[in-house]
Amino acid sequence: MNRPVETMSFTVNGATFSLPADPARRLSEVLREGLGLRGTKVGCDAGDCGACTVLLDGAPVCACLTPLAQVAGRSVETIEGLRGALQASFLRHGAAQCGICTPGMLMTAVAFLRDTPAPARAEVEEALGGVLCRCTGYAKIIDAVLDAAPGAAPAMPDAGAAVGAPVERLDGGPKVDGTEVYGADHAPEGALLVRAVRAPYAPSRFEFGDLEGWAAAQGVHVFTAADLPGVNRFGVIPAFADQPALAERRARLKGEAVALVAGEPGVVEALDLTDLPVTWCEASPDTPVHEGHPDNILITGRVSRGDAMGALTRADLVVEGRMETPYIEHAYIEPEAGVAWMEGDTLCIQACTQAPIMDRDDTAKILGLPPERVRVIPAAAGGGFGSKLDVSLQPLIGLVALKTGRPARMIYSRAESMASTTKRHPSVMTGRIGADAQGRVTGMVFDGDFNTGAYASWGPTVAGRVPVHASGPYYVPDYHAEARANYSYLPIAGAFRGFGVPQAAILQETMYDALADKAGIDRLDFRRVNALRDGQPTVCGQVLQGVGIAACLDALVDPWAEALARAKARNAEGSHVRHGVGVASCWYGCGNTAIPNPSTIRVGLTATGQLCIHQGAVDIGQGSNTVIPQICADALGLPLAQFTIVGADTAITPDCGKTSGSRQTYVTGNAALKAGRALRQRILQLTNTGPEATLSLDGSTLTATDGAGVRHIELADLLGDAYGYVLSAEESYDPPTQPLDENGQGAPYGVYGYGAQMVELSVDTRLGTVDVHKITAVHDLGRVINPLLAEGQVEGGIAQGLGLALMEEYVPGRTENLHDYLIPTTGDMPQIETILLEVTDPEGPMGAKGLGEHVLIPTAPAILNAIRHATGALVTRLPALPHRVLAAIREASE
Amino acid sequence: MGAYYRPEKLDDALTILNETGARVAAGCTDLFPATSARSLDGPVLDVTGIGALRGIRVTDDGIRIGAATTWTDVIRAELPMAFHMLKQAAREVGSVQIQNAGTIAGNLCNASPAADGVPCLLALDAQVELASGAGVRRLALSDFITGVRKTALLPGEMVVAVHVPGDACAGRSRFRKLGARRYLVISIAMVAARLVVDSGLVRQAAVAVGACSAVAVRLPALEQALVGQPLQSAADLAEDDLVAPALAPIADIRSDAAYRRHAAGELVRRSLSDLAEGST
Repeated sequence: MNRPVETMSFTVNGATFSLPADPARRLSEVLREGLGLRGTKVGCDAGDCGACTVLLDGAPVCACLTPLAQVAGRSVETIEGLRGALQASFLRHGAAQCGICTPGMLMTAVAFLRDTPAPARAEVEEALGGVLCRCTGYAKIIDAVLDAAPGAAPAMPDAGAAVGAPVERLDGGPKVDGTEVYGADHAPEGALLVRAVRAPYAPSRFEFGDLEGWAAAQGVHVFTAADLPGVNRFGVIPAFADQPALAERRARLKGEAVALVAGEPGVVEALDLTDLPVTWCEASPDTPVHEGHPDNILITGRVSRGDAMGALTRADLVVEGRMETPYIEHAYIEPEAGVAWMEGDTLCIQACTQAPIMDRDDTAKILGLPPERVRVIPAAAGGGFGSKLDVSLQPLIGLVALKTGRPARMIYSRAESMASTTKRHPSVMTGRIGADAQGRVTGMVFDGDFNTGAYASWGPTVAGRVPVHASGPYYVPDYHAEARANYSYLPIAGAFRGFGVPQAAILQETMYDALADKAGIDRLDFRRVNALRDGQPTVCGQVLQGVGIAACLDALVDPWAEALARAKARNAEGSHVRHGVGVASCWYGCGNTAIPNPSTIRVGLTATGQLCIHQGAVDIGQGSNTVIPQICADALGLPLAQFTIVGADTAITPDCGKTSGSRQTYVTGNAALKAGRALRQRILQLTNTGPEATLSLDGSTLTATDGAGVRHIELADLLGDAYGYVLSAEESYDPPTQPLDENGQGAPYGVYGYGAQMVELSVDTRLGTVDVHKITAVHDLGRVINPLLAEGQVEGGIAQGLGLALMEEYVPGRTENLHDYLIPTTGDMPQIETILLEVTDPEGPMGAKGLGEHVLIPTAPAILNAIRHATGALVTRLPALPHRVLAAIREASE
Repeated sequence: MGAYYRPEKLDDALTILNETGARVAAGCTDLFPATSARSLDGPVLDVTGIGALRGIRVTDDGIRIGAATTWTDVIRAELPMAFHMLKQAAREVGSVQIQNAGTIAGNLCNASPAADGVPCLLALDAQVELASGAGVRRLALSDFITGVRKTALLPGEMVVAVHVPGDACAGRSRFRKLGARRYLVISIAMVAARLVVDSGLVRQAAVAVGACSAVAVRLPALEQALVGQPLQSAADLAEDDLVAPALAPIADIRSDAAYRRHAAGELVRRSLSDLAEGST
């Protein structure tokens, strides 16, 4: 008779382990928590994302689905055992952005390459089809697998040549060797495990029973809102702070945290949290979500210029449109996680975030601490895309650490992450656009409702940004746009790459196609005619320079003609598969809208010759850890390779604001430029050399050389400052914006970025399925700081735009996993050709503009336009799932 | 935490099952996703240690697929052309990671309306071999899966094999799956079709549709209509009224019901057309 197995023996990366262990335990858990091998990541615990892929006797399996019993006597390989050419290739190709999927990708790829050493691209796509990546769009990952032979890393650029060089990401090493520390990867000795009790439905009211008795019986701590020492109200925009860290008496959304249970990990893990004594009852959905907002309108944003209604009345041609988009989930592969501990009387929080200073300030407020007693150390973020701007578990683990004095660790489950954190706003938008007989747009009206869910989060920003951008990058003399952020008892909608602008662009750009057709003008030409030019006012009355949209559209002229000819030829074959081509534009203001958002960079040299840049712009995979030093290096005139990056950490890096609004390259980049120049100036003064001097750093000897000779500074001879620097500079930059008046007139942003994308696809008109073949993406970056990373941003943004167009739809309570909520896999991505343009911006650092959010804005409308071109049918409710496409085709043909 | 059993012999497994009522586990690709716990709740009977349950072999009356045979095993096995659709379906089960762990019997016992293996096995006239302390019985697959997440398994009983009778090992086959993305996707609709053709005429037809009813179904009316007809006209014969009446699709996040009904007909025609063109 068999008895339960008690001791397991197996090998991991060649080393034999023999442990008493629960045979039913997930292998992922044993590797990470039992053996401390945290290079294996957990994204879903359901086999949907592949992040936890390890090799079992050489075959890839999801460690989260493998009970330890099945590993007995077998060999496990994890990322910790992988060292070789494939990882170098990942770095060389920029295949890792945030890096959370990288271990799973690498393990899957290495097993595949053992069987198939010289694969075709399609074979790689199929082999990697089970590992999701939300950052890269997969192209560079597949490139890296196809080019896995040993190759030399590109040489680091010389002094003065960093900007423009395709430098490998400077923080890439730990992402490919499994040593990067994400939110779930730091586990101090003796840490308590924290779990949240969440509302089962909403709106609801609740009352606790005997929590003390329950906690004592279970041997755990229980905390509720009553335990919060500070103000139980937070929000990314202080004036709109309306969200409790732990709900009080009423829950406004399903999944809202109402209590915390903390204790020894083994005990807390085993608890059934539905046992906690709490009584729930349904509350009326007709009651306003927040007092003071009887009609549930959080805020209305408005931009009005000229006489839009009059212009439409007078227009020769007018089109109307309506578009509906659903909640979109960020679906980063890393669910929220972090750990808090006390250092003296300072509360330290290491968690995934995009906004460390905001986390610090909100957490301090909730916990009744002065901000300087909270230190936020951003863990590597396994994807953010806007959602990790809002605090999630920071005040929760902070409370437990503060109250117990013990380290407190919390890791959201996938379902918890999806239910409780922010989404892209669902929208219902209508518009009318008019043009004269020559196809010049004369007026536009836009109206949009954006469901902001139970709490404000970034609703005001969406309501503000949408009217500013809903015109698209075109000259629209008469314009009226309104966007409302509306409360509901549904998931919180917040920031997601583009703050509502992608939704607005879907309506505007599809209407532009209708208008071009009505005017009898080629759709690309129509956009070129109307493209905003230098010196023309925007809909906010801001007159811009360095406007790159016309250049982007011009760059598509030849590809457009060729693509149209290709589609025409294929359609001439008469198949039920119809080919189509679509185009759409984007523009996007970089930084906060019409309010200050400074960044500060410190750069210094130590007595031993270490060159440090305090880089507080959180790198969530987009590349600020590389791009910001590149700018600083050239401003200073020393080689990039000599820089040491410090931070981000609220205790040691000055504030670089949040990673959002495509602001880091522009705003923090300008601070880095100024700091680099200031330090250079200091060195030139000390050495009495001219502005053309070249600098070099050799050990602790700094050398400046100009026409007059060679001067040395012995850094070891100089006195250090409070930070330990003998020479340093700290500089800030804040965009020159002007507040918007009641009509939205003013100067909301200092810099805008531009782009246009062309989509080639085919539609199976009998099944309504869409196959996107190629996307040609033209983006004006002003100055390309790092082409390798910029391409990665474009490809990743397109993947998210494609998901938005074709498959993504978050249904509250129904799609809280990654098999019902679909994001693109390797097999869904088209070929992408990226064309980067440089229309210098007078305000950007070395002419540079932002890019991160721009890249996904044109994708979805260009896809819808191409579907319409192929079939005559416009899909007006996203995503364009096969049944919706087919219904639209049938409706159009009636 | 309950007991975890991983016997090496089937008899031991049946004894454990009888005595403990343990949950049968194999690839765990459905069991783990159903819980947020760090460990499977016991008692668990893990059958992956039983060598006799894994593998595919030819028997006197057809082909026997052991219950714990993985999808990767199916992909790598040498099988007659009739099984081509099963191999195609195997490549669509989740991902390589899932195919390396997930098993044939697990797919049946999980009884999802969208189980990729079921339409193919229906079109192979598969029978399910069940064993318990009381003995062994065989059920037609169509009798084994009785509803959404429901099977005819009795307490103390487990699946030990799937049999494909010799007659059904004949012909060529095709599987088509429709989803909203390329990989790792739950079907909107899927079709498995197997035809035995002689002198250009269809002699035997087996066509099944999945994800368009609570349990995947065969299409007897269509099959009847196809027998005796030229292969080249098979797709044309497969009109919607030979397909749709057999289905009872639901509307969900992936599709509406009308679309599923329509798509099933289209996929049937394409599968038959693929077989006619030899492009399987």
